[in-house]
Amino acid sequence: MIEVEGLTKRYAGHAAIDNLSFTVARGQIVGLLGPNGAGKSTTMRILSGFMPATSGTARIAGFDVFHQSREVRQRIGYMPENNPMYTDMRVREYLRYRARLKGLGWSRSRARVAVVMEQCGLADVGRKIIGQLSMGYRQRVGLADALVTEPELIILDEPTLGLDPNQIRAVRQLIKSLGGQHTVLISTHILPEVEMTCDHVLILHEGRILASDAPEKLQDRLNARGRVTAEIEAPEADLRNLWREHPLVEQIEISAASGTYLRCTLTPIPGEDIRIAIFEAAQQRGWKLRELSRTRPTLEDVFVNLTRPVDEEDF
Amino acid sequence: MRTFLILTRREYATYFASLTGYVIVSAVLFLLGFSFTDILDRLNHQDPIDLPVTEVFYQTWYFWYVLLLAAPLITMRSFALEKATGTFETLMTTPVSDLQVVLAKFTSALLFFFTAWLPLLGCILVVRHYSSDQSAFGGGIIASTYLGILLVGALYMSMGIFASALTRSQIIAAMVSFALGMAIFLFSARYVYGIEQAPWVTHWLGNVSMVDHMKEFVRGTVDTRYVMFYLSGTVFFLFLTLKAVESRRWK
Repeated sequence: MIEVEGLTKRYAGHAAIDNLSFTVARGQIVGLLGPNGAGKSTTMRILSGFMPATSGTARIAGFDVFHQSREVRQRIGYMPENNPMYTDMRVREYLRYRARLKGLGWSRSRARVAVVMEQCGLADVGRKIIGQLSMGYRQRVGLADALVTEPELIILDEPTLGLDPNQIRAVRQLIKSLGGQHTVLISTHILPEVEMTCDHVLILHEGRILASDAPEKLQDRLNARGRVTAEIEAPEADLRNLWREHPLVEQIEISAASGTYLRCTLTPIPGEDIRIAIFEAAQQRGWKLRELSRTRPTLEDVFVNLTRPVDEEDF
Repeated sequence: MRTFLILTRREYATYFASLTGYVIVSAVLFLLGFSFTDILDRLNHQDPIDLPVTEVFYQTWYFWYVLLLAAPLITMRSFALEKATGTFETLMTTPVSDLQVVLAKFTSALLFFFTAWLPLLGCILVVRHYSSDQSAFGGGIIASTYLGILLVGALYMSMGIFASALTRSQIIAAMVSFALGMAIFLFSARYVYGIEQAPWVTHWLGNVSMVDHMKEFVRGTVDTRYVMFYLSGTVFFLFLTLKAVESRRWK
């Protein structure tokens, strides 16, 4: 559905995206993950035909985004960052206008607007002025706008920005339900978001792709390096000795936890899961173990991992 | 064409969805009413004159004040606001062409400008109702007066739209458009006041003098040279606007 090859965009000497290449298959939900300024929005703007790339090509459904911009724009639903809208229009009026502008006929636009308003939970705010809606509702209007023509490709730039946790969950649910019939490209800087919604993740950093994989695989690779936290009731010296001599443990950190327990944060050598070893060690010695958990890697860890110099590379 | 109509309809409706539109209409109405009472006052206290009443109207400078002030205000938001709020991106990523957008914004601005001038008809009808000589208000004269307003308006709207397409700040758009409008207007002022200068300059200024053009229109004379002057000027500025909108693809 999307074929990007050697895409580069330069602004006054500095490259916002640098030689980007990736493909997205029809029906996939793909997440562009990266910190602010990684080039996510730039990539999306080029794909939506809003601005040209400095070099490289991008094709959507076989059409070049620059030379066949109109064909491309007929096939996409795009929600830019911060979801700009005409705030002086009413919700239903706006959606009908957008549907007509995107080429739907009069009666078809009415039917589709009714469907997407239902789909996005906008049924009872149809007559409200967009400028008076809450952030969550506005975001839904933006989503409804992107969906209204049933486009082959839906591009959403930060669709959950500024929403509360319940709204985020609802939006994710909606995006997930789009997979299969639609191809979806979303951008975010929140790691759990892509884990929950996407089939495939592209990690962008300073305009380059650092990793491209299914979220579970990416997770596995990161978990290989995951720290384990255990709260154990035992003499501190014994614990220290045990971990220091343990062949699988690379780094230790022990601090007091509530009560008589000690909190051990252990970094295993790469590729090893030491949770079983901890449990067995505690069992053999008759120590009480009340917590054993593996820290989920945060986006920060992902970037630390991926942007580290090569000699420290561990996967 | 269908897309153009959809865009124009929304653009035109926007003027009435916000306070700006009503403020402009009220300001134009105020100046119109003011000049109207002023003219009536003069007519009632002076010796009879043998000019058409529409021309009397344009011997005051009110018309030009309205034009110079209203044009930048009407057009300043057209592109600048969309760029500032980001809706320019949502607009340009739908399957519309740059030309359709430029023409729709221009057409709706011109329509709005024309709408603001409609109350003038009421003024003319009031005078006509109470005057003894109905012939001074022939349909032809009124039609050519409105044609003049439309043509001058088209030129000023195209300049304003162009200024708005250059920037994301409405204030800058209004100032650029005001400067352009004022510059052309001052050419006519220079001609009208008969300042001493080289003959070719006088000749040239005479050709672009809007005050003189308008004098012909309100007399009921439609000179194709003047019509062409405004049409070509409008097309020129619309062309520049189109290039300004396209320029985002040049980088």
